[in-house]
Amino acid sequence: MVSGLINANPIIYEKKQRQQRSTQSLQGDEYTVEPIDQLEDPEHPYSLEELKVITEEAVEVNDQNSYVRVTFTPTVKHCSMAPIIGLCLRVKLLRSLPSRYKVDIRVAPGSHATEATVNKQLNDKERVAAALENPNLVVMVDECLAPSYD
Amino acid sequence: MAETTQLTRHIESYVDSSSTPTHQVASLDAIGVLIKTNALTLEALVRELDMYLTSTDAVIRSRGILLLAEVLTRIQSKPLNSETIHSLVGFFKEKMVDWKAVRGAILGCLALIRRKSVVGMVTGSDAKAIARSFLQNLQVQSLGQYDRKICFELLDYLLEHHADTVASLEEDLIFGTCEAIDLEKDPECLMFAFHIVDSLARLYPDPSGPLASFARDLFDILAPYFPIHFTHPTSGDTHVQRDDLSRTLMSAFSSTPLFEPFVIPLLLEKLSSSLQSAKIDSLKYLRVCSSKYGAERIAKYAGDIWSALKDTLYTYLGEPAFSSTLASIDGIDFPKDEIVIEALSLLQQLVVQNSGQLVTLIVDDEDVNFIINTIASYEMYDTISVQEKKKLHAIGRILYITAKTSIPSCNALFQSLFLRMMDNLGFSVSNVDGLQSGGIFDSQRVKFGFLYICIELLAGCRELVILSEEKQGTYCTILHSFSNVLFNAFGSVLAVSADRCPFDPDIYIGVKGLQILAMFHLDVFPIPKSTFENILKKFMSIIIDDFNKTVLWNATLKALFHIGSFVQNISESEKAMSYRSFVVDKTMELLSLHDIALPFSLKVEALSDIGMTGMKNMLTILQGLEGTVFANLSEACRNLTSSEIAVQLLECYSCKLLPWVNENGGAEEFVVQFAVEIWSQAGNSMDSNAPSEEKGLLDAMMKAMKVSVGCCSVESQNVIIQKAYSMLSTHTSFQLNDVERLPLTFGKYDISPRDEGILLLFTSVIIALRPKTHIPNIRGLLHLFILTLLRGVVPVAQALGSMFNKLISKSSVVEKSGELTLEEALDVIFNTKIVFSCNNMLQRCNGSSNGSEMALTDLCLSITNDRSLQTNAICGLSWIGKGLLLRGHEKIKDITMIFIECLISDTKISLPLIEGSHENNEEQKWDPLARKCAAEAFHVLMSDAEVCLNKKFHATIRPLYKQRFFSSMMPIFQQLISRSDSSLSRCLLLRAFAHVMSDTPLIVILNEAKKLIPILLDCLSMLTKDIQDKDILYGLLLVLSGMLTEKNGQEAVIENAHIIINCLIKLVDYPHKTLVRETAIQCLVALSELPHARIYPLRTQVLRALPKCLDDTKRSVRHEAVKCRQAWASIASSRSIRF
Repeated sequence: MVSGLINANPIIYEKKQRQQRSTQSLQGDEYTVEPIDQLEDPEHPYSLEELKVITEEAVEVNDQNSYVRVTFTPTVKHCSMAPIIGLCLRVKLLRSLPSRYKVDIRVAPGSHATEATVNKQLNDKERVAAALENPNLVVMVDECLAPSYD
Repeated sequence: MAETTQLTRHIESYVDSSSTPTHQVASLDAIGVLIKTNALTLEALVRELDMYLTSTDAVIRSRGILLLAEVLTRIQSKPLNSETIHSLVGFFKEKMVDWKAVRGAILGCLALIRRKSVVGMVTGSDAKAIARSFLQNLQVQSLGQYDRKICFELLDYLLEHHADTVASLEEDLIFGTCEAIDLEKDPECLMFAFHIVDSLARLYPDPSGPLASFARDLFDILAPYFPIHFTHPTSGDTHVQRDDLSRTLMSAFSSTPLFEPFVIPLLLEKLSSSLQSAKIDSLKYLRVCSSKYGAERIAKYAGDIWSALKDTLYTYLGEPAFSSTLASIDGIDFPKDEIVIEALSLLQQLVVQNSGQLVTLIVDDEDVNFIINTIASYEMYDTISVQEKKKLHAIGRILYITAKTSIPSCNALFQSLFLRMMDNLGFSVSNVDGLQSGGIFDSQRVKFGFLYICIELLAGCRELVILSEEKQGTYCTILHSFSNVLFNAFGSVLAVSADRCPFDPDIYIGVKGLQILAMFHLDVFPIPKSTFENILKKFMSIIIDDFNKTVLWNATLKALFHIGSFVQNISESEKAMSYRSFVVDKTMELLSLHDIALPFSLKVEALSDIGMTGMKNMLTILQGLEGTVFANLSEACRNLTSSEIAVQLLECYSCKLLPWVNENGGAEEFVVQFAVEIWSQAGNSMDSNAPSEEKGLLDAMMKAMKVSVGCCSVESQNVIIQKAYSMLSTHTSFQLNDVERLPLTFGKYDISPRDEGILLLFTSVIIALRPKTHIPNIRGLLHLFILTLLRGVVPVAQALGSMFNKLISKSSVVEKSGELTLEEALDVIFNTKIVFSCNNMLQRCNGSSNGSEMALTDLCLSITNDRSLQTNAICGLSWIGKGLLLRGHEKIKDITMIFIECLISDTKISLPLIEGSHENNEEQKWDPLARKCAAEAFHVLMSDAEVCLNKKFHATIRPLYKQRFFSSMMPIFQQLISRSDSSLSRCLLLRAFAHVMSDTPLIVILNEAKKLIPILLDCLSMLTKDIQDKDILYGLLLVLSGMLTEKNGQEAVIENAHIIINCLIKLVDYPHKTLVRETAIQCLVALSELPHARIYPLRTQVLRALPKCLDDTKRSVRHEAVKCRQAWASIASSRSIRF
């Protein structure tokens, strides 16, 4: 395990003001952003949006084809938390979206040292399932997700 | 001797440290009573105590002394002679040396010194002796909290009440005090300590007196406490709050000018701290200290304070509210902030005190000059940068406060800053005269910043005029000469900003400026009358022409309203006259002008707003409105537009003007006259043969009539009802006077649309009457109503309900000839037969009647082939029932039984509550629609009606009637529902009960939760079948959610968790109402908090049901679904990946 923080002093961005959505219209975009923007960073008590790990633009939703792709940007290149962040995103979406959706989670190109590995890990059903069998990981994921249910 | 032994027992029980505190207190009280009742003298007590007081055992001695002290505390009101007091003082004073018995000694001194002179008090020399002994012997800070507290109390009391004698102790006293309060930490003790300093300072006010040399030391003791930061729990046994402490410390700080060299620098330093409370406290202390220390001492700090103040305002003054609502009358609205408020009041204090100096500081300030020279020339609000905006706002506020504080400061500001600004803009005093005549502002010259500063100055100036006695000043002359220029400036900003894209702040500034100009008192004459009139003209031209610029139009109307109310309140006759002729009359004219483009709805809005400025204007407006309404009413049948105009005016009259008149009182004659006039016109306007087009007009007339009658007194109502009755009897074909003689015959009247119109108008009068109002020919009306009711005219039913609600009952009133009582009226309903001339209208009916003649109530229960007749009867009866229910009359029982009878008519259970009505019901074929109507009747009974039978229309309402009704109905329904064997009647019963439940206050429902839940769930699942039931379904679901969240209901919920969850799962995808789905899911979330053992088995079921909600079309439902899923999934320690 790493001792100490990987990125001890992250830059915190202001939360983007989301436009008021009318409840009438059903846009594809309506689904994803809200569920995940409140997730907490595994290292810091800020939400992923405040750290600009995810942004509204980086979420791509296609309601017709039931497809969601989230691209997130770790704060530093060698961030070992990237898989955890990805896992949190996946679990949150798994719990929030209807089962018809296929969820794709990727690290933004060029933002991480072991990009390919992380991407592979995150989109492997078996490995995600296995990870969720690990009680320590589940506790950690649940902690990160907790603020999004308030 | 018995007494002595008793006394000894009491003493021993007190001194004995092993006895319980309650015992000790009891024996103390007993001794106190003995002395008070003279059964024991104080001397005898002392003699008895002798051994205890002088014992060598410290514990016994201290208890003994404490006993004596406590007894003295209890006999404060008993007279003692001076000798006794003197010797007691001597004793306690001596005992201060004895540190083991010190509590008793202090308490004894305190008890003695608190005595009032009438019962013998401590002499001056004794007080001084106590003080001396205190100062010599007591080490206050080494004592416990309680002992310290009484020490401080004693010292405080000495300083407060024996100031003269203890003053001679001088240095000893001051030094001793310093020593005593140094490093004190307990809030309660501190309260006393701060007060002691305060008293001490008052004792030695002389600047060269004994305190002078100790001022530094004393302040060093106090300084660390500022600012008070309080971590003490708020709810403890102490009652000292942060604010109390802060206030006491403030009075200690400001107690003597000797502290000035230390206090002010400290406060200035703390003002720059980032702690919010420190800032607020510093500002508050500075204000109080400045007023206490005096102008001279503060003068040398004025510069520092000024710059600190300015910085504070820059940082904390929020963005002003340039909203078009224009809520406040004066100045510009800023968000309330405590720091800003304190800072401004400090500024005000300084301006009052160090007027000349402060004004010089302000006038010469570089920021102020910067604003005046640069920012003031920005043309639009948006072009100013954020930093500069902040400065502009802050300086504006400062000028506002300075101007409003005193006449000299206001004069100075106008003389220097205002003239300088004018110079910058090219108007100097010399060429002002030229401008006065034809000066029209060039639109290029409009400067937002300049106007902004002007508004703040003018607003301050206006307040100064209101507050100050002396009315003249240089500022008046300056203002007077520039008033025209200002008017043009504000006016042109309106013209310009309206041309450009309309932007709120600019419009706001323009309108506000003119408004403030108009609202100066005339007797000061800074603003000439012509300017005032010009402003009104300008506003009116905006009202007439600029209706498509909504923001500007609304702002202008609001400004006119403010000006109007101001002029009325101040009762400035001249201004009020101009207002009336330029605004009120003009607005009136608008009504009759058809060639201007201003939409009629806006005309009406302007009309009502202008009317609400004062009673006199209101009457003028009402008169005009009346004329227009009736002119249009008489045209209405021929001309559709005039009918529309009449509708709009009537709406405005009943919704806006009448409530205002009602609130302000005094225009009742007009209201009556108006109502009577409507009646006179009614005959003509009802002539039209196309009732469908008239519907809107008739509704508006009914509403206006109802509201007018509702706000009249009994006498006026009598006038109106007489008029209405005469119209009803002369202009319709109803033969009201024959009723007594002829039997009630259905089908006697063929109601023409005209008759119906008049009848409906008449019902709206009846609905709004007060209980005391006399209704002519009630019996005739009753019969008329019953017959028309059967034709399906619902307002008639409501009028009947109102009549039954308000009729006097026989028991309560002395017999009054001719007046129909409630009992008689009920008799008509239940027993008077209606003759149905038409053949085979009725196939069969219950009871003995022969089918062509029956009472209204029988009609509900009979089998007819005319379904509308029966539903109308039931509907009518439900409103009558509501009237009775509200007043708590027992006949409501019979009426509800009739409804229930309808509901269960095809089952074989006989209802024991209605006697002998069931003989041969096996082949009866009831019309299901009529029975459904009976179920709906319960909705009428329980819901709060808007149109009639409420407080506004003077209904007699018995407290808790809903609760009573519910408790009486619940057992009946419960029994019937459980026993009913036909699905239809069960359905109907459930529906009726659902109405009852959803309108009953939750608190009653909760008490019965256990019994109700099964029925409620049955209702819910029954109601899901029909779309039309979605509202009642939602109401019922809210009842259920109430049960889930309240503590009382939870026990019942736990028992029934299984069925509740099953029912809710069915509702999560109810397609017809989003709120139902949302609430159902919320209920499921609430259920997830029940004990796990009970709900765990249901977890899978819930989680299976939820995914379809995740795909719901409404965002709010999906949101709740995610939360719910999380709540249920995390019940188990390990959640499977599926959920």
